[in-house]
Amino acid sequence: MNTRNSEKIFDRIVLSIILFTVILCILPFFHVAAISLSSNSAIIKGKVWLFPVEVSLQTYLDIFRDQYMTGSLFFTVQLTILYTIISMFMTTIAAFPLTQKRLLGRKIFLFLIIFTMFFSGGIIPDYLLVKNLHLTNTIWALILPGMISCFNLIILKTFFNSIPESLLESARLDGCSDLGVLFKIVLPLSTPVLATLGLFYAVSKWNSFQDALFYITEPKLYPIQLKLYQIVQNSLAVDMAVKEGSGTTTNQLPESLKSACVMFATIPIVLVYPWLQRYFVKGVMIGAIKG
Amino acid sequence: MFEIKRDWMLYMLLILPMAFFLVFKYVPMYGVTIAFKDFNLFQGILKSPWVGWDVFKEVFSMPEFYRALRNTAMLNLLDLIVGFPAPIILAILLNEIRMNWFKRTAQTILYLPYFLSWIIIGGIVTQLLAPQSGLVNIFFKSLGMLPVPFLTEKWHWLLTYCLVGVWQSSGWGTIIYLAAITSINHELYDAAEVDGAGRLRRIWHITLPGIKNTIIILLILNLGRILTLTFDRPYIIGNSYVIEFSDVLSTFVYRVGLQSMRYSLATAVGLFQSAVGMIFLLVTNFIANKCGEEGIW
Repeated sequence: MNTRNSEKIFDRIVLSIILFTVILCILPFFHVAAISLSSNSAIIKGKVWLFPVEVSLQTYLDIFRDQYMTGSLFFTVQLTILYTIISMFMTTIAAFPLTQKRLLGRKIFLFLIIFTMFFSGGIIPDYLLVKNLHLTNTIWALILPGMISCFNLIILKTFFNSIPESLLESARLDGCSDLGVLFKIVLPLSTPVLATLGLFYAVSKWNSFQDALFYITEPKLYPIQLKLYQIVQNSLAVDMAVKEGSGTTTNQLPESLKSACVMFATIPIVLVYPWLQRYFVKGVMIGAIKG
Repeated sequence: MFEIKRDWMLYMLLILPMAFFLVFKYVPMYGVTIAFKDFNLFQGILKSPWVGWDVFKEVFSMPEFYRALRNTAMLNLLDLIVGFPAPIILAILLNEIRMNWFKRTAQTILYLPYFLSWIIIGGIVTQLLAPQSGLVNIFFKSLGMLPVPFLTEKWHWLLTYCLVGVWQSSGWGTIIYLAAITSINHELYDAAEVDGAGRLRRIWHITLPGIKNTIIILLILNLGRILTLTFDRPYIIGNSYVIEFSDVLSTFVYRVGLQSMRYSLATAVGLFQSAVGMIFLLVTNFIANKCGEEGIW
């Protein structure tokens, strides 16, 4: 009896710790969402905690009416799709030949690729290269320099390696060319890992701002994150000015609008990711077991 | 030669990716030579005059450089101490949950912060922790406490930086440990149960030893990355009030290089970082291999 009781207590402790952690993970979102839907007077009075007070959708309407915001959203969607397609294509055509053990020079290619994970030119030479190629202030500055992620390439290669060699051999005996093997056998067997990597590439582009910070000065080509950064940065600066007692709050953006912008960049990811979660957990585990 | 003819299709496939690595990875490696030159945009990399180690001498005489170096090591080390055990504990606890639906829902939510950009997280953090209008400080004030300068005083900032990191990544970090736990032979647990071992004892004597190798290899890998370039987090969460602690090598390179256009100086710092980082990684990988682990390659 005693052991069963202690089992129960143990279960409860574990459950409450995990529950607490889970709440800690989503509470901030609820707060920000609540703020984005509340009236400014209620926010300033500190009435808004987890539920919106004096609900209005005005901030979201404002964002959708703001041409810069919708423009940058549209640009980011375009950028993310284009980048994901190109990256997946490049990663696939790089990974497949490297799994073919009979390929002469395979080890050299692999070494050349892996070496770039350990040593790189750094920010300045990267910047000078992009500048010299006249890519600054074009969408290509945000796509070309990061087309292949070595980490993703290794995950894909590891997965391709796990496909039984005999399967590929029998296809070859049936007269299938290398390309045929790739498209007819390898790729259809790899959908889970392809979905994973697609998500990784898409999320990384949706979230990136560093490259835009370096290479883009044209406001029309600001991705959503950079736009958001300007808004958030403005809020921090003003808040500190208030603390110092030196600043004026006149040109401060309303809190609800800032929160709505944060939600605006978050919602797409929150919507897409639960559907793909099962795939990417599998995909990461495949990559991790080797790593 | 026969093989090359037979495999021509494979080589065709490799042309584009290898061209990518050549142009966007290896050409910038050549670009590091400007660390040894008095680089001038109009003369370009090739024609700018060589100056030997002068640029490095200047770097090593800058107090700001040592500050950035210290901060990079300090922030990464703190991350390791605070952030490394968190996913291990979380994974072990998740593994003990028997209600499958709850476990799966919890995992979905715990992974989520990892998929948000640092800008979004920065936005949320400023909303929550702002000294005047943030939820946390409003709460503290309602308890009669003074507002805490989470983001504007350097020691408080250090704590905030660490905890935000844990918040963002420890859920995602559990994946690899959960994978390791599933590969533990289940009969061991059954046997221990028959022998009368409680849940804690089973965790201590079976689960932990079962994932020991994974823990060691990840620890070694993280140690190897102690000088690695992290830009987003310190850049976003940092601000001019806490620059004493928030300026790391990567933000230093950005500030000196791209904002003040001192290309040679910034490249020298970047090269230093790259070289030290590579040595760290090679040494730690060597240690990993010596420990009988597979290492990274």
